[in-house]
Amino acid sequence: MSTVPALAVEDLSVEFRTRSGIVKVLEHVGFSVDKGETVALVGESGSGKSVTAFAVMGILDAAGKVTSGRAMFGGADLLALGERDLAEQRGRELSMIFQNPRTALNPIRRVGLQIADVLVRHGGATRNDAPQAAIEMLKKVRIPDPERRAEAYPFELSGGMCQRIMIAIALACRPALLIADEPTTGLDVTTQAVIMDLIGELAGEAGMATIFITHDLALAAEYCDRIVVMHAGHIVEAAPGRDLFTHPRHPYSAKLLAATPGETVSLENMASIPGGLPDLRRSDLPACRYSDRCERRLGQCAQPLPQRTVGERRVVACWNPL
Amino acid sequence: MLNLLLSRLATAIPSIVGVVVVTFMLTRLLPGDPAAYFAGLAASPQAIAEIRAKLGLDKSLPEQFVGYIGDLLHGNLGNSLSTGQPVVVEIATRLPASAELTLFALIVAVAIAIPLGVLAAVKQGTWIDHTCRIVTTAGVSLPVFFTGLLFAYVFYYLLQWAPAPTGRLDVFLSPPTHITGFYLIDSALTGNLETLWGALRQLALPAISMAIFSLAPLARMTRGSMLAVLGSDFIRTARASGLSPRTVIFTYAFRNAVLPVITTLGMVFSFLLGANVLVETVFAWPGIGLYAVNALITSDYAPVQGFVLTMAILYVALNLTIDFVYGLVDPRVRLDS
Ligand SMILES: Nc1ncnc2c1ncn2[C@@H]1O[C@H](COP(=O)(O)OP(=O)(O)O)[C@@H](O)[C@H]1O
Ligand code: SF4
Ligand SMILES: [Mg+2]
Repeated sequence: MSTVPALAVEDLSVEFRTRSGIVKVLEHVGFSVDKGETVALVGESGSGKSVTAFAVMGILDAAGKVTSGRAMFGGADLLALGERDLAEQRGRELSMIFQNPRTALNPIRRVGLQIADVLVRHGGATRNDAPQAAIEMLKKVRIPDPERRAEAYPFELSGGMCQRIMIAIALACRPALLIADEPTTGLDVTTQAVIMDLIGELAGEAGMATIFITHDLALAAEYCDRIVVMHAGHIVEAAPGRDLFTHPRHPYSAKLLAATPGETVSLENMASIPGGLPDLRRSDLPACRYSDRCERRLGQCAQPLPQRTVGERRVVACWNPL
Repeated sequence: MLNLLLSRLATAIPSIVGVVVVTFMLTRLLPGDPAAYFAGLAASPQAIAEIRAKLGLDKSLPEQFVGYIGDLLHGNLGNSLSTGQPVVVEIATRLPASAELTLFALIVAVAIAIPLGVLAAVKQGTWIDHTCRIVTTAGVSLPVFFTGLLFAYVFYYLLQWAPAPTGRLDVFLSPPTHITGFYLIDSALTGNLETLWGALRQLALPAISMAIFSLAPLARMTRGSMLAVLGSDFIRTARASGLSPRTVIFTYAFRNAVLPVITTLGMVFSFLLGANVLVETVFAWPGIGLYAVNALITSDYAPVQGFVLTMAILYVALNLTIDFVYGLVDPRVRLDS
């Protein structure tokens, strides 16, 4: 089984310049997503999931800098592409949807036009055909009365509707990869399920690779083939969803799982894990950024982390895994 | 939208009424007796009393006020004592001079401030950003009349680049045929290039003095507002969709960022209406500001009242226009009402 992955991130490190110095937000992050596969990126808030996505998309804030790594996508390294070439790919080959759909849409532009903008930009339609093509997209994301809704402004629509618009924008040009960054946070539980099902279905139809970013392990297990666990800018474990759920190997994954009551019950708050994320501005960050919170720490844990392969498609970065 | 404007207009009515009352009271309470002034130094008490009766100044204040309101409702602002002309006519003939000066200054300011602010935000931390900061700091710290005097001194007196600060047109040139009352427009329309150039030269110094002052708040607001919008979620979405930098900056960012700039523009404009009085005095500009100053010096009530009332109406009209433009750009305002 050796398919070429749709996206392969290797050794990705990102730093942010801040007033209080350089923050090493990501360190040696690596994971891959196959065509048609859905991979979850989970971790508590602040662990670097969004930064990983922004780095891959090339939309980091000006203060952020990629200091090492590659992101192989369609035969090219996204991190090495110039802004112009990358912008060609964004929205066409790789797309992203965001948390907070209400603020993620231009508040003073009709939603139909916002979809049309992307289509026109990437040659998916001419200016003349674009309005009709936008309405087709609205139908595809199952917005009732699409002709009328295309004329609406975001403030006239519910959060769930806005997220469907975001999905329509992201999928308008049939990308090969979709990154969904907490697409259902802030939506009510029923809408959450509807949106997740919609993304899953449309991605499945198109054979798209999907990265689903969430802090909700239960949601990740329900919708994803594989789960990649992130902690303080490190990837600590990657495993098929079911395996991770039944038998976590990294101490942090185990704690995350213990804090997630059941597969169907979602728990927003993972603060029940003792301690917080380490302060990434520290100059003496330990090799294992979980060691301050870890109950299984050994003497050798101070050495650079190993990448241990433990079973098929399973990797854990730990000296003393479960 | 129409409802919005009507409701704004309704809220403006009390302020107009207030202005009418206050101008009436103020001009009556100001020091100076116009009857004595116009009777001349050597006039006898009887002569002064006669003039006072003729002007209606011997009546009680309430009586005078009722008469004043009645005249206002007929569009009659009274006559100027010094010229004997109806104030309405005099203001109407002088208004284009003030309007041309103010609008020209504002257009110059907008044409510089907005691109400067946008560039400063897009290229944050570069030389253009620093230029923007210097311009905005300098602009606010130089009062309009000071810049005006300085300019007149340097460019007319020292360098002799600019014509004498004596009004809208050199005495050797005749004004263009009256079409709009704006010399620049009228002379351009009639193809009178000599007058156009002459009018532009006269306009340059007073307009630039006013423009420099208006530049600062506009550029500062444009920069700040652009920076805030460029950091917002929907710009990230636009970039994540691969939209071209031009679309991101102009269609997405600028149209959102311009909203607070429109509000600032309204404030700057109303400030310029006031600044007119000083600039017109410095440059002997025959607008309504200079008219009001002269009338005030001679205790000529009617023109002063007419001036203040005109300003109040302009102010209300200006704010309605600002609300209207704001509503055009922002559907949230337009559709909420
Ligand atoms: N613009 C920025 N400047 C400085 N630090 C940042 C910036 N953006 C993100 N970070 C830091 O990067 C870390 C990871 O953030 P993020 O990727 O948003 O977390 P997540 O998406 O997992 O909740 C956080 O510690 C955050 O403080
Ligand atoms: S490497 Fe050591 S300290 Fe880190 S998680 Fe594993 S056991 Fe704990
Ligand atoms: Mg995030």
